[in-house]
Amino acid sequence: MSEKLLEVKNLHTSFFTDSGEVKAVNGVSFSLESGKILGIVGESGSGKSVTAYSIMQILAGTGKVVEGEILYKGENILNYSKQQMKNFRGKKCSIIFQDPMTSLNPTFTIGNQLMEAILLHTDRNKEEAKARAAEMLTLVGVNEPEKRLKQYPHELSGGMRQRVMIAMALACEPDILIADEPTTALDVTIQAQILELMKDLQKQLGMAIIMVTHDLGVIASMCDEVIVMYGGRVCERGTADAIFYHSSHEYTKGLIRSIPSTQNMKQKLIPIAGTPINLLNMPKGCAFCSRCDNAMKICLEQIPEEIWVGEDHLASCWMNVKKQMEQEKVGASK
Amino acid sequence: MAKYFVKRVLLAIVTIFIITVIAFFTMNAIPGGPFNSEKASSPQVKAALEARYNLDKPLLEQYVIYVQGLFHGDMGISTKTGRDIAQTILESFKVSATVGGMAAAIAIVCGIVFGSIAALKRNTVIDRIIVFLSTLATAVPSFVLATILLYVFSMKLGWFQVWSADSHNYVLPVIALSLYPMSYITRLTKTSMLDALGQDYVRTAKAKGVSQVLVIFKHALRNALIPVITYVGPMIASILTGSMVVESIFTLGGLGSKFVTSITNRDYPMIMGTTIFLAVLMVGMNLISDLVYKLVDPRITFD
Ligand SMILES: Nc1ncnc2c1ncn2[C@@H]1O[C@H](COP(=O)(O)OP(=O)(O)OP(=O)(O)O)[C@@H](O)[C@H]1O
Ligand SMILES: [Mg+2]
Repeated sequence: MSEKLLEVKNLHTSFFTDSGEVKAVNGVSFSLESGKILGIVGESGSGKSVTAYSIMQILAGTGKVVEGEILYKGENILNYSKQQMKNFRGKKCSIIFQDPMTSLNPTFTIGNQLMEAILLHTDRNKEEAKARAAEMLTLVGVNEPEKRLKQYPHELSGGMRQRVMIAMALACEPDILIADEPTTALDVTIQAQILELMKDLQKQLGMAIIMVTHDLGVIASMCDEVIVMYGGRVCERGTADAIFYHSSHEYTKGLIRSIPSTQNMKQKLIPIAGTPINLLNMPKGCAFCSRCDNAMKICLEQIPEEIWVGEDHLASCWMNVKKQMEQEKVGASK
Repeated sequence: MAKYFVKRVLLAIVTIFIITVIAFFTMNAIPGGPFNSEKASSPQVKAALEARYNLDKPLLEQYVIYVQGLFHGDMGISTKTGRDIAQTILESFKVSATVGGMAAAIAIVCGIVFGSIAALKRNTVIDRIIVFLSTLATAVPSFVLATILLYVFSMKLGWFQVWSADSHNYVLPVIALSLYPMSYITRLTKTSMLDALGQDYVRTAKAKGVSQVLVIFKHALRNALIPVITYVGPMIASILTGSMVVESIFTLGGLGSKFVTSITNRDYPMIMGTTIFLAVLMVGMNLISDLVYKLVDPRITFD
């Protein structure tokens, strides 16, 4: 088994707002091995970004990790000093964001912003940093890198800017790249190009990627492992195949039914009914309960434990517990 | 860029020309004239004086003569003191510019610093104090403030002389002039700083490992200053040209007070001179602030 690069254990992150504690992440655990791609899926508001920002420690002012551990190579980064954290960000772990239009500073040149990270984390002098910046731009497929270095973000298209963001994130060769919906804000052809680029770079540079998305297609095409989030919790985890073909959580099943594919072309797409839960007032039981067609009494009262539903495949849904108990009964009566 | 600049300068010249026309003809339309109030002047003396200043000629011709003079760098001489207008303006502008320059510098520096602090220490006691004081200061008119300062520090405490013929102490007038723009800039900076700190690019900078200090002073402040610059340009112009009220209260003899006396005296050449001077200054400051704007915000294009 390869070494665990990043381990998130029982992460709880809340925002302390005027209207109360918004429990955005409620006990998320996962681990990431070096060189692997982990997908995080879930609908809007399920806590994907907050999980990612918790790892980077770039939560908005009111946000705070209230419980849990984030281990990078065995060290809990929550105990890092300011200096250590500065060194972690951008050097060990980088992030690219959803909206490339607003993620670059409009008042500085591309070159300035690219070189900033390089100068910060390496011993390179200005000239070398500039050469490195140009090299990175070439690597991410930006043409005329020398000219681009002198340009301002507003002079570049959205796809170009996302390439610049990727170049910036990878300039110091981090071990981990977190991509928070890197293609959501781009149009379809550009989306495909950016994903292709990320796959290529991952092969070339060998970093591990946490791919946050609500696009199951992206998950299927790139991820080694997937976690499905709902209401700030992990409801199912496993290989992409397991999640797709043997979904074992009612929410995941709904999620898959709600996307068009070649198999269900002729069927009607079924959206998941109901609205996302109120994070200010989390239910006692399963977070998905109020929207679940098969909810049972216990679902309302107790949070389901994560149980094995297959090889490399876990889910937290009382339905599975029920099923297993029934099977045991059948086995016993035989 | 150069094209834009040339266009702006040409436009400025037209603007100033229009201002001279309006000023010249409205000034002459106001009842009274430079020598009407002269007590002991006989009709002959008055006629001779008016002839000397071309006041006996038709209005249009007077205007043409004045403009011709301007092109030769001649702004005429005062009907009141007989001194050269250009000289007088420069002398009094020196006073206004010294006081105004200090006041503007203090207002800008302190305003930006206090505004940034208030934004960074948001919802703390420090923030509340800054907001309270700056709100108070924007509510008090400068003449009230000037009077209070004069009363407390000069008359009661005696720290500064109320008036002295040779040495001017600029401390009180500078405070009186700077307080309002300082408070305004403080509030402006706070708002735009808060806005900038919440932007995605600030998060990006943090995620790169940029230190807190640099995130604030490099990434956020530069963007936060954009709205401040729009205010600062015209503010400097109006402060440099002197506040008439503050100058009168502290008897500084700056441009502002000269302008007012020239109007009550119907000192036609002086009125024209100061008007043109103020117009040029105003237009020039606006042009400069546009250029600075462009320097700070590359998204702005001039064509
Ligand atoms: N700054 C904040 N203050 C208060 N609540 C917040 C803040 N940021 C996020 N949240 C809450 O945390 C929850 C999870 O947000 P998050 O951004 O992680 O969702 P997401 O899964 O990334 O969704 P999306 O797909 O829309 O990006 C949201 O419901 C939101 O209400
Ligand atoms: Mg998100």
